[in-house]
Amino acid sequence: MVWKKLLKIVTGIILWYALYHYLQLFTDFIIDSIPGLQKGMHFTEALRFFIFEVPKVLMLLILIVFFVGIIRSFFTPEKTRKVLEGKSLFAGNIMAGLLGIVTPFCSCSAIPLFLGFVQAGVPLGVTFSFLISAPMINEVAVILLFGLFGWKVALIYVLTGLVIAIFSGFVIGKLKLEKYVESWVYLHKGEEGEESEGQITFDQRLSLGFTAVKEIVGKVWIYIVIGIAVGAAAHGYVPESFMTNLMGKSVWYSVPLSVLIGVPLYSNAAGIIPIVSVFIEKGVPLGTALAFMMSVIGLSLPEMIILKKVLKLPLILAFTGIVATGIMIVGFLFNVIF
Amino acid sequence: MDIKILGTGCAKCKTLEQLTRDVVAKNNIDATITKVDDIVEIMKYNIMTTPALVIDGKVITKGRIPSAEEIKELLTK
Repeated sequence: MVWKKLLKIVTGIILWYALYHYLQLFTDFIIDSIPGLQKGMHFTEALRFFIFEVPKVLMLLILIVFFVGIIRSFFTPEKTRKVLEGKSLFAGNIMAGLLGIVTPFCSCSAIPLFLGFVQAGVPLGVTFSFLISAPMINEVAVILLFGLFGWKVALIYVLTGLVIAIFSGFVIGKLKLEKYVESWVYLHKGEEGEESEGQITFDQRLSLGFTAVKEIVGKVWIYIVIGIAVGAAAHGYVPESFMTNLMGKSVWYSVPLSVLIGVPLYSNAAGIIPIVSVFIEKGVPLGTALAFMMSVIGLSLPEMIILKKVLKLPLILAFTGIVATGIMIVGFLFNVIF
Repeated sequence: MDIKILGTGCAKCKTLEQLTRDVVAKNNIDATITKVDDIVEIMKYNIMTTPALVIDGKVITKGRIPSAEEIKELLTK
């Protein structure tokens, strides 16, 4: 069973590599052999962009999601909680931010996760570092950034996201906001939840990789196709400096404004990043674009409404305010540097 | 048999509930299925990821949707 699967994976990777390597060639061949499409025309280039980018991003997504799925099978919320229990503030925040990247997380589990952490004695600020990094830094966002902007921007996103998660959690911990957690939360002391599913085999880990691909790619591919289609259309037709006057570098309020728009907006990374790539092309500076992406992906109205069940309003506001401030600082910083 | 589906109402939880009901109906399993939405009630099972499948008070799976075959196996064994 395992060998058969491994063989399938190796063959898949070889095919993947060949296809990826020749993708530009294939695209050019298809586009240039369609009669009536002239090289350099807006429509031709928009179509070329679309036909090249969609398979490229989807292929990257399939490959990375598969491996991330396997890596994630080594991390469970239970193990993460165990590591974080009773950790001191700063070191705990760093651990929580890092573990947030690799621990499987779905926003619909945010509440049980929050309760499970806090009731087991993970400090509030440390819990928040986890809750900020987990949704913000996810494989879909990183792959899209890598595919559409290159590895530098992807790395900047991960590092700044991590810093925001660590420091926001640290500040929340320092402010001693525990009294704004609904009081019933602390009444129930969580016992050690035992690992009820036991050891998993290597074979099962491989299966988890396939499941991750099916679930994640199956869910986000449509956003990617639409996002890149919008991007392709704007690529050829919207004038270069369209956004420069509205959101350009010289406009100081572009960062706070983009965060203000971004926070209530709710979208997954797959929907928002291709659109942001158009913004950047049309004159929006990197810092502003980064701030917009982070506030859309990392902070959302639906999430706050869910958190309202366990947190009182002042804590939700403090959480949003601190994270939004962190995002703005990052935005300003990058607009100054680049 | 007493089956409980724990979940605060996300899409995955509904999928698991429907799937379990289908399996139970198809195989004529004698079971009562209850959906538990209340977070305080859910936390008593010490889980941190939803949806979870609970059979006779024991958490069998959590945080994922098992396949129909797997559910059938779990319920008939």
